[in-house]
Amino acid sequence: MLTQYIPIFIVLSIAIIFAVVTVSASKIFGPQRPNKEKLSTYESGMKPVGTTRERMSIKYYLVAMLFIIFDIEVVFVYPWAVNFKSMYAEQGISVFFSMLVFLIVLELGYLYVYKKGGFKWD
Amino acid sequence: MSILEIILFTLGKVLVLLTLILLSVSYLVYFERRISAWIQNRLGPNRVGWQGVLQPFADIFKLLLKEDIVPDKANKKIHTLAPIIALFVAFSTYAVIPFGPTVTLFGYSVPLVVADINIGILYVLALSSIGVYAMTLAGWSSGSKYSLLGGIRSSAQMISYEVSMGFSVGGVLLLSQSLRPTEIVLAQSGWMWNAFIQPIGFITFLVASFAETNRLPFDLPEAEPELVGGFHTEYSSMKFAGFFLAEYANMIIASALIVTLYLGGWQLPLIDTFGLPSGIVITLQILGFVLKMGMLLFFFIWIRWTLPRFRYDQLMSLGWKVMFPLSLINLIWVAVLIMVFNI
Repeated sequence: MLTQYIPIFIVLSIAIIFAVVTVSASKIFGPQRPNKEKLSTYESGMKPVGTTRERMSIKYYLVAMLFIIFDIEVVFVYPWAVNFKSMYAEQGISVFFSMLVFLIVLELGYLYVYKKGGFKWD
Repeated sequence: MSILEIILFTLGKVLVLLTLILLSVSYLVYFERRISAWIQNRLGPNRVGWQGVLQPFADIFKLLLKEDIVPDKANKKIHTLAPIIALFVAFSTYAVIPFGPTVTLFGYSVPLVVADINIGILYVLALSSIGVYAMTLAGWSSGSKYSLLGGIRSSAQMISYEVSMGFSVGGVLLLSQSLRPTEIVLAQSGWMWNAFIQPIGFITFLVASFAETNRLPFDLPEAEPELVGGFHTEYSSMKFAGFFLAEYANMIIASALIVTLYLGGWQLPLIDTFGLPSGIVITLQILGFVLKMGMLLFFFIWIRWTLPRFRYDQLMSLGWKVMFPLSLINLIWVAVLIMVFNI
């Protein structure tokens, strides 16, 4: 049934057209009088100091990695959640415990990260 | 229905909905300004038209006629791409949200949702993840320190709350047995609203959607006293308007999503018992959906002008140490409910 995805493509293409038109509108209607001061980076009225292409704190990358781990956990939970009712009717309580074991294993990882100070921001 | 008819009906629905969303975004800004003025004992915008009702249009024309400034330190292509991504995400998520039951129009049965797809919830989650790119790229490409800090903060914040958001949705899926939003709504008929069955999941999803839309108390990415404008410091004219529109459109989408997932969608309990004609019932149901959304939007605005802002470490601690375990408990709670009560 690919026909049910036709509306999605229509919506996505209209959204792209809308976004591009909106963003480029003031290029057409607005004035274009750039000068050096106007194009300089905003830094509370002072002359900009240094560069922004610098190193960031490792903590942000750590958050990104944790996100990937736990978001993939979510992805594994969804198929189980959708099928839980019908599978529970057939196979009984083992469906629940198999997921519980999976979650407990991942939560041990969560506790490890917690103890290592992965959730400390100060 | 043939493919041509599908395209025609979709175009009709998209045009109507897009107009409505644009209008409600403009008026949401107006209402936010009026309500904040009311909360802070001020007047708010009341000059343009009767009680200031034409203020949104004045604002849009002002922004349209402003100069589009791209700073010379900026990466020009990505600087332009970022607001496009923000707008694209904000104006395509509404496609899967059902705002009414299936109606019969000119002999066709038309579901009141733009795209009734079986992976609707995944579509929403996927697009909201793309939204992170808009802020990160905007912050990185501007070449300004304020923007960079705002962008990095917003990406860390949004991905932290996305995890608990995903787990909260898992509880809904347990009951609906489907990722299709229309079936999620149908699974909540009567008083079986998910907000009552799984209150923990409702609260975690609500808090996570506050964080995802960057509203106070989670508006760290654009905290004015420390970061000027955050990731959109270096944006002007319609590019700035793009981020602004996207923020408010995201609020509308988020409240529509909360209504769909937790507050019974367009369903009104006991509506069938009065023996009203079907046309009136459907109209009431659509109005009920809009009313529920309006109340949530008022809640968003109310919270913004009442609570102070979190500190950054408090925000991340809340996301990982409170919301994440709570949403897991909610998932197990719903599974136990199903096994014990067979609902």
